[in-house]
Amino acid sequence: MNNPLLKISNLYKRFGDVEVLHGVDLEVNTGDVVSIIGSSGSGKTTLLRCVNLLEDYQKGSIEIDGKVIGYKNKGDKLVRLSNSQVAKDRSLTGMVFQSFNLFPHLTATDNVTIALRKVQKKSRKESMEIADKWLSAVGLAERKHHFPSQLSGGQQQRVAIARAVALNPKLMLFDEVTSALDPELINEVLDVIKNLAKEGMTMLIVTHEMRFAYEVSSKVIFMNDGVIGESGTPEEIFKNPKSERLKNFLKSSKF
Amino acid sequence: MDYILNFNAVWRDFDLLISGLLLGLRLAFISILLGSVIGLFVAFALVSRNKLLRSISSIYVTVIRNIPILIIILFIYFALPSVGLLLDKVTSFIFALTIYSAAYIAEVFRGGLLSLNKGLFEAGLATGMTAIQTNRIILVPLMLRSVLPALSNNFISLFKDTSLAAVIAVPELTYYTRKINTESFRVIESWMITSLLYVGTCFVIAFTLRQLEKRYAVPK
Amino acid sequence: MNVLTNHAFFDQLIQNQSAIIKGLYLTAYISLTAIIIGTIIGIFVGLFLTYGYRINKFIFRIYVDFIRGTPVLVLVLSAFYVLSVAGVNLTAIQAGILALTVFASSHVAEMTRGALNNISKGQTEAANALGLTFSKTFIYILMPQALRQILPTWINASVETLKASTLVSVIGVGELILTTQQVVSRNFMSLEFYLFAGFLFFILGYSIERIGKYTEQKVSIK
Repeated sequence: MNNPLLKISNLYKRFGDVEVLHGVDLEVNTGDVVSIIGSSGSGKTTLLRCVNLLEDYQKGSIEIDGKVIGYKNKGDKLVRLSNSQVAKDRSLTGMVFQSFNLFPHLTATDNVTIALRKVQKKSRKESMEIADKWLSAVGLAERKHHFPSQLSGGQQQRVAIARAVALNPKLMLFDEVTSALDPELINEVLDVIKNLAKEGMTMLIVTHEMRFAYEVSSKVIFMNDGVIGESGTPEEIFKNPKSERLKNFLKSSKF
Repeated sequence: MDYILNFNAVWRDFDLLISGLLLGLRLAFISILLGSVIGLFVAFALVSRNKLLRSISSIYVTVIRNIPILIIILFIYFALPSVGLLLDKVTSFIFALTIYSAAYIAEVFRGGLLSLNKGLFEAGLATGMTAIQTNRIILVPLMLRSVLPALSNNFISLFKDTSLAAVIAVPELTYYTRKINTESFRVIESWMITSLLYVGTCFVIAFTLRQLEKRYAVPK
Repeated sequence: MNVLTNHAFFDQLIQNQSAIIKGLYLTAYISLTAIIIGTIIGIFVGLFLTYGYRINKFIFRIYVDFIRGTPVLVLVLSAFYVLSVAGVNLTAIQAGILALTVFASSHVAEMTRGALNNISKGQTEAANALGLTFSKTFIYILMPQALRQILPTWINASVETLKASTLVSVIGVGELILTTQQVVSRNFMSLEFYLFAGFLFFILGYSIERIGKYTEQKVSIK
């Protein structure tokens, strides 16, 4: 239990000429639920997307379960690994997106089973069983044959969560998953995430929902200008913010 | 293959090719203009509340869009004389291309009319304009501006169809290219130049229309 | 010559039926071949236009724009005359099919590119996040969506190819138009037979459209 599940070391990332991450260090242990808060432009989404290699980075390293992912060192330069290796590295994590990104031409069940069959090469029968289990867990058993267009936003996002966790990833990544939802649909999704946390899933959650972050996290990270400004338990961050930046941020959010 | 490119035969008669191209442009211009006017009326018929108007215009559009333009050209030039309508080559071609264009343009206009906000028509009536005035002053100008992209695609297509005038020996670009070839046999050079002339002209037309779009198109 | 001499028309029709059927068959054969091969090629070119290296994108872009800017008649005549001089000896039918295939492929390439570009980036990201490789993402996620989007336009392009097949009559291929002209040169019933040819094309084109609409319904995402 000594090795952290996720270890981000000295991560630097540029978009063209603009540097958005200036040396981020982060450790997440198995079973941790880490929320990342901060204003837009602070780099929190970019950080998350680096973990599953949807964004590239120029300096630093990311390790999952002790293994460096995505890049290898060639001298002092980082060289991206092959596409097939990157795909394998991505299987270690699961991601849920702000805009759900369900596959519109597939039913809820097929959305969940497609990677089970094509990536993990499971049989049709086994994939369906796993899909049934997870769609029930998120409360959508009766809608498993519906298409995304027949589902509400909250329902679609719950399918998206089922799709990601069904692959049994070591780490779940949530990228502002309720920001695109109508207010009355947010809680059904947050409840699903809370349940996953209770079951012991290791999670990295980028969110604007402060109360939710306070309730569900074991650790909260405040990001500011591409670095981690402050980190601590929910009590420390929300009730006893130390830095001015964090105090101002909390004041301007509705916590 | 010992064919050495020699463009002299083409350059010698280049003025013929250009005159053919210009004729093609004139044919396209006239046909598209007439076709647009007719197309506008047909479009209103397509969306009218009168069932008969809707049926007739719909049949016209459906039938013409499914018939190759070559048949229409041959029909007008070769078949119509047998019922007394004898037209010369150029007029026959313009007649054919006009009928053909009108059907396509009517469809574009119909789409444009349907996408207009229904409230506009009523707003016009509310200010005291008659239906025809409302259409003329408010709806049609707005509709025309909104369909510019679709229209320009159609126009380019119709311009390319002027090459078919060559089949009834109208002296446009393709006709002259074949003529040059019968004398010089420099087919690679001639077809290359002719293709480039067509492509270039289409490009210029597309560019011009895009500029118009930028100025006049209505953002969705 | 009275148009209403239906009796004579039907007599002539029956007399020339084998010629007309042959012409109709050739029209269908040429069109179908060009559409099928043109679609396959067009999808590949569309792939290059969307995902290719810069140099490939550029070359295929030039190819597609050049073909789309050239009238089909010029494509047909070029295929027939230019290739024979260049040493490639094609029969008129082969040259015609080649020209029509190139024509069809340029349209399919363009619509494929458009449809693939239209699919949101999020789809690819979600597929990547699930661990799907490029080819699996393409086959199971992107193409099914792109094909549904392309369908109406593809039906249009197919009907255009069918209509364009009439142009191979100019290089002497015995498809329906040339056959009609030959029949008319013997019986002078130009009005009736051109109308009849038009009617046949209308049936063909309209059927394709109907089948297309039906297919659209069947595969649409509810």
